Amino acid sequence: MELEIKTEGPSLKVRVVGELDEATADQFRTSVDAALDNGQARDLYLELSRVTFIDSSGLGAIIGRYKRVQRMGGRTILVNPAPGPHRVLEMAGLLKLMPLIQTDTNHGTG
Amino acid sequence: MFRENRAVLEMPSHPENVSLARLVVAQMAAAMHFTLTDIEEVKVAVSEAVTNAVVHGYAGGPGIVRVEVTAAHGGLEVIVCDQGRGIANLDLARQPAYSTDPERMGLGFLFMENFMDDVEVESAPGLGTRVLMRKRAGYPCEPAMASGAT
Repeated sequence: MELEIKTEGPSLKVRVVGELDEATADQFRTSVDAALDNGQARDLYLELSRVTFIDSSGLGAIIGRYKRVQRMGGRTILVNPAPGPHRVLEMAGLLKLMPLIQTDTNHGTG
Repeated sequence: MFRENRAVLEMPSHPENVSLARLVVAQMAAAMHFTLTDIEEVKVAVSEAVTNAVVHGYAGGPGIVRVEVTAAHGGLEVIVCDQGRGIANLDLARQPAYSTDPERMGLGFLFMENFMDDVEVESAPGLGTRVLMRKRAGYPCEPAMASGAT
């Protein structure tokens, strides 16, 4: 898994590339937390179009960041998950907690 | 022509081996008549079972996780075993959102049960856990033969 992290004004934008599972959740957790510690960002955008796999370990890492951002009054926004990860996010109830931005056109019904 | 197939993996309980198990199972599922969605579901279910063995069975410590995959005409069968701590209360562990760790969602069994047709769990404290999962294939045999036979 690779992360591209940048701050744009009040937003921390994190693009996740690859698989978010037990082996990579810690790296995600540590890197995003460090960026939140260092910056002024309030809202967290997770760009997920290139996430090829996610399971409950990956979801746990997202939920952990969501709780942290929420405590600081910010929002966590999920952006463009592919159909497979979208289904997992939906089944776990994350789409009820966090706004979803879906701008890609080839997204199936999942 | 579909041939029955079987693979056995015995791996140290390293988190990075979860993806190895997914890869092997997905490869075997891809040789059967599963849809891409089916294969994604199998990958999530296998990931959850192997992660449970690594994280809960062995609590992050050393141990061997065994994964047996059988591709048969009826479908795919996956058995994930560990000889770790075992689960004291299976009914509780299988409830959604039950987790012993605040950063975890406790959704492992929910995904296994939703994404596979059968899930059987045997566990004994101190002895380990065995999870057997089955997913029925869309076609029992070659699609051309199946459509020609009806």
